[in-house]
Amino acid sequence: MTGPFAQAITLLVTGDKEVWFITGTSLRFGLSSTLIACVPAIPLGVLIALKRFPLRRALLAVLNTLMALPTVVVGLLVYSLISRSGPLGSLGILFTPPAVVVGQAILALPIVLSMTASSLSRLDPLFPEVLTTLGAGRRQILWMSVREARGPVLAATLAAFGRVLGEVGAAMMLGGNIRWYTRTITTAIALETSKGEFVLGLALGIILMIVALGVNALGHLVVKHE
Amino acid sequence: MKRILTIVLLACAVLAPLAAQTVRLRLATTTSTQDSGLLPILNPPFERMTGITVDVVAVGTGAAIKLGQNGDADVLLVHDRAAEDAFIAAGWGVNRRDVMHNDFIVVGPAEDPAKVAAAPSTVDAFARIAAAGATFVSRGDKSGTNTKELDIWAKAGGKPTGKWYKEVGQGMGQVLTMSLDLKAYTLADRGTWIAMQDKLPGMKILSQGDPFLFNPYGVIAVNPVKWPKTNYLAAMQYIAWITSAEGQKIIRDYKVGGEQLFTPDAVP
Repeated sequence: MTGPFAQAITLLVTGDKEVWFITGTSLRFGLSSTLIACVPAIPLGVLIALKRFPLRRALLAVLNTLMALPTVVVGLLVYSLISRSGPLGSLGILFTPPAVVVGQAILALPIVLSMTASSLSRLDPLFPEVLTTLGAGRRQILWMSVREARGPVLAATLAAFGRVLGEVGAAMMLGGNIRWYTRTITTAIALETSKGEFVLGLALGIILMIVALGVNALGHLVVKHE
Repeated sequence: MKRILTIVLLACAVLAPLAAQTVRLRLATTTSTQDSGLLPILNPPFERMTGITVDVVAVGTGAAIKLGQNGDADVLLVHDRAAEDAFIAAGWGVNRRDVMHNDFIVVGPAEDPAKVAAAPSTVDAFARIAAAGATFVSRGDKSGTNTKELDIWAKAGGKPTGKWYKEVGQGMGQVLTMSLDLKAYTLADRGTWIAMQDKLPGMKILSQGDPFLFNPYGVIAVNPVKWPKTNYLAAMQYIAWITSAEGQKIIRDYKVGGEQLFTPDAVP
């Protein structure tokens, strides 16, 4: 039992406390940041998709570009804001879980926003009009549109979740890879690699993929059963 | 139903990180104390005794000192005496104590193409590597080890510029692994070397014992006058612990593969 796959399975079934903890941390950070990002991103995405306004295409281009925002740049920006020597230093959240969640939410935001906007743009343009003639208010139109495009919106959310779950830059810089606190699967992989523990690193990578698969499957189940 | 679920999930997500309110002490330290496995042995007894949770942020000495300067750490455990003295002289740190020491070593491929093993001093060893143009991996990250390495190069004829000199900007463990793959020489601290030795087949210590390679570690509290929000009292408790007879004994007794990694200095 020395291969990475075997070790991954061993770590999971023997209930290695630390592995479960960092897996839970990754999951908690990823879900929190994605959900926080969704709150503004989905309604805004719908608005961008349904409304016609000046510079709309330029805005979409900017959002698409932001999807490629390097994680270390977000890490660095948030870091300089929340360091005690920075403007938000009095919060004292650097190297704590909220710091990582903030950074990852910033990474998730443009993905959900941009993908929601583009998927809803493909909705029949008559859809909101029909709703209006049926007497629907603006909020109802917004809600119905999201419902109608729930598959693509879920895909957007899961894509964002995938990105934050797999990123290491923001988690490392903002969380500090603190054991039993802010260590995630990806920062643990970076640490194990630096220590030359390649097999353990790969095993953790496999666990990350299993987690991602689980969340994706769950997401699709939820939408199917709506 | 789904909306309620979403709201509940959101509330959990936001509140969960705020729930636990234990006293936390942030220790900014070098990768060597973490990668060598010392801190995971040294900190738990302190945590049990005081109820303080120690958050270890392991970076290079340069970065650790920067964290202290910005008020982002409460206490430092680092190894670059000149930088430590400058940190204290500038008023960022207080109450420095010697903790322990080990030494730096020059490691490289067992075949030793630059004939470093025959060098009478470390400076001469570096000069031989440069003369042979043998691959050398440098931390290149302003860590304590990097500073020491640059000091040696300065005495051996200046910082190299050749292609054989690779600045990689990685921690000690990573640099040792890279040196193995590149069949390169590098300067390492003995602690990390001992801890990783079994993963570095074909590499050997080629130069050691030069008094110039002495590697002392110091502990410093971040000045609470500069950064009132740092956890100064916990920092002083930690300094007391790490320099106590009990803490020093743990350092002395910490061995990997039968070899002692650090020699305690605080209690004679």
